[in-house]
Amino acid sequence: MTIMAEPKTPNPAFTKEVIDAGADTLNLCFQCGTCTGSCPSGRLTAFRVRKVLRRAQLGFKEDILPTDDLWYCTTCYTCHERCPRGVEIPDILFVLRNMAVKEGHMGETHKKGAGYLIKTGHLVPLSKEYREKRKEVGLEETPPTTLANKKALEEVQKLVKKTGFDKLIGGE
Amino acid sequence: MAYSLFLGCVAPNRYPGIESTTRDILKELDVDFVDLENASCCPAPGVTRSFHQETWLTIAARNLAIAEQQGNDIMVICNGCYGSLFEAAHMLTDEKKREEVNKNLKEIGMEYKGTVNVKHFADVLFNEVGVDKIAEKVKINQDKLKVAVHYGCHFLKPHKLKEIDDPERPTILDKLVEATGATSVEYMDKNLCCGAGGGVRARVPDLAMGMTKTKLENIGKAGADVIVNPCPFCHLQYDRGQEHLADGDKIPVLHLSQLFALAFGVDEKRMGFEEHAVPVKLPS
Repeated sequence: MTIMAEPKTPNPAFTKEVIDAGADTLNLCFQCGTCTGSCPSGRLTAFRVRKVLRRAQLGFKEDILPTDDLWYCTTCYTCHERCPRGVEIPDILFVLRNMAVKEGHMGETHKKGAGYLIKTGHLVPLSKEYREKRKEVGLEETPPTTLANKKALEEVQKLVKKTGFDKLIGGE
Repeated sequence: MAYSLFLGCVAPNRYPGIESTTRDILKELDVDFVDLENASCCPAPGVTRSFHQETWLTIAARNLAIAEQQGNDIMVICNGCYGSLFEAAHMLTDEKKREEVNKNLKEIGMEYKGTVNVKHFADVLFNEVGVDKIAEKVKINQDKLKVAVHYGCHFLKPHKLKEIDDPERPTILDKLVEATGATSVEYMDKNLCCGAGGGVRARVPDLAMGMTKTKLENIGKAGADVIVNPCPFCHLQYDRGQEHLADGDKIPVLHLSQLFALAFGVDEKRMGFEEHAVPVKLPS
């Protein structure tokens, strides 16, 4: 009978991948937990940002990338401000989220927003209803953005094609 | 030098009153600005930066490059846009990063040279216009108003880059609000996030609402008449996040531009209060 979980083997290759992708302050973390103690999401859920950092240090990829926890951070930067070691925690979470997305872990509502960005140039698009409301306060019906200029919108669309963002979110 | 005004998404497309009053108060305060023509979304960091940092940086660089062509610095009216564009501009002071992004911008015949500064309008109002000038423009003193100021996160943090105010004990917005004659009230967890950022509102709405409820409860206990914010996204989160409250317990939400517009006596039609989920009823 096993009464303890088997110890996991660290995966330094994944840790290196994370650091090389921009998480260069990751190994400064000495696990004091100031981040978790400051985290507004941690007050309301079991999300422990300290643990995410530890898992990243040990290369426990499967305990990070597919989890919902990774998406509980509002990027409020309180942990970043209070970290006694200068670990740039939200920036590390961005790196990990990028990796999760690359493996196909995306929220449907986020994908929808990303789709609006490609279609209109705005993540929060303009509807007919709000065009009317703009006129009611004395504004132009359409703001002077990609919404008002097809050529400008095409520029954004060319850029997302170039970076592969359209393919990433499953468009085309 | 003028500023290129960057509107973002939520203000022009959900709360047009924030856009119209911003235009009015900037004119009233002699802040020279033009529109950042043909801009796109900043793009929103919660989704775009979380999904693909290169895309986020490239689209942000396009917005920066347009302002550069206009010969201006950028002024934003949203903490989210500030987070994106400020951080992007900071990253792109690095020549190597800029070269990488310019390879993408070449696709549309653009280049970003790295010369644009990104300012939050509340920073411009406090540090360039000044509370004295704002107070001089007040026609309708707001001395009956008890305000719960909400700073939001990306206005001040990370403070080592932004260098606007103390990130834990800020006073800049309180001083701006009090320039109208209103009183800024203290409340518990004043600097707590509204809950919306980082893509949480879209993906984990219950968690976002958990934070919003905590803030609303604390603001209610402090006896505030109104919540004033410098960010249309926090604004949306507070304004649409009060359905669980009885009508008498709801607290109206104003963007800083709308508060100034009230104090400066701007035409009521420009306020866009009809778009607010919580009716804007203020003590008079």
